[in-house]
Amino acid sequence: MSEHRAAAEVGKGRNAAFWLPLFAAWLLALLATAGALFLGEVMGKTPCVLCWYQRIAMFPLVLVLGVGLFTSDVRSVRYALPLAGVGWSIAAYHVLVYWGVVSKDLVPCGKGPSCADADVQMAGVVPIPLLSLAAFTGILVALWVARARARRAME
Amino acid sequence: MNRKWIVLGTALAVVLAFVAGVAVFTNRSNQEVKQAAQINNEALVRPHSPIFGNSAAKVTIVEFFDPSCETCRVFYPIVKGMVNASFGQVRLVMRNAPLHHGSDTAVKILEAARVQGKYWEALERALAAQPQWASHDRPQPEMIWALIGDIGLDMTKARADAEGPAIDQLLRQDIADMQALKVDRTPGFFVNGTPLREFGEAQLKALVQQELKKSATP
Repeated sequence: MSEHRAAAEVGKGRNAAFWLPLFAAWLLALLATAGALFLGEVMGKTPCVLCWYQRIAMFPLVLVLGVGLFTSDVRSVRYALPLAGVGWSIAAYHVLVYWGVVSKDLVPCGKGPSCADADVQMAGVVPIPLLSLAAFTGILVALWVARARARRAME
Repeated sequence: MNRKWIVLGTALAVVLAFVAGVAVFTNRSNQEVKQAAQINNEALVRPHSPIFGNSAAKVTIVEFFDPSCETCRVFYPIVKGMVNASFGQVRLVMRNAPLHHGSDTAVKILEAARVQGKYWEALERALAAQPQWASHDRPQPEMIWALIGDIGLDMTKARADAEGPAIDQLLRQDIADMQALKVDRTPGFFVNGTPLREFGEAQLKALVQQELKKSATP
């Protein structure tokens, strides 16, 4: 019985139900990482302090979830959730700063570009912090679905 | 097995899309910079700009220069060597691009030396000691005054000039030109008005050679 359980947890099964949502979470992290690198390295927009903290949470997700996908290992969800949760919190805070809900004076932006700057927009319409929040939200939902499916498979 | 290929293929697709994006974006911004240089042609050289080499040379290298910038320091002897090796066919025009913290003060000191005809001497002293005064988090550009104490300047006049309105106005003009020409990093080179987009010593030399050939066959 315990053998079966271990197999389900590691998820060696070909038709592991959690794989697709895990893939979705990984794809979101991959696109967000590529986008952040493009904005920073190619378009030359210097990331503000809050952007850096979100990057710190986002970039490892690509590797953690990537390895999880490669070995069909559902435990990667467990390792990814704290990263995604922290990243989501910072992104939410950043959006509040950007919209002026939280006072600019409270923002830890001593050096570098301002986190509340109007410049942090994509194509002049969508603010970058909102994109980040959307990505982290999507990743959290996908991870949650992956975990729920894996649990159901174990029962 | 199949799933591993899905993961690898997706990663590859994203990497390829990224590379394509870089190509498109670089191409577009190159066009923009070229256009900016064509539209703002008069912003390349101003009457106050220091010139090294034959003032009637056929090929003009305009360098947007920051005295605190390490790459500018490395390129200085290279560019000077290119002018010297050209038998009067290439000249160098220096423009100020104070992008680093403290660079504006350094520029003002060098420009005060230029007023007395000692720009290049002062510049070489400042570059030689750049690691001492130009740390990016704690720059001490005032140290340059001590470095240029013995090159034959009237120091009282120089200190007054550095704080004066003429040099302040000149620096504003250089910064305005830098922005009009979309120079956002130093050294920023233009050879006969063509911006050097792919940065490097070999690329700069190739661009100069190309302009030399153009001027030889009218």
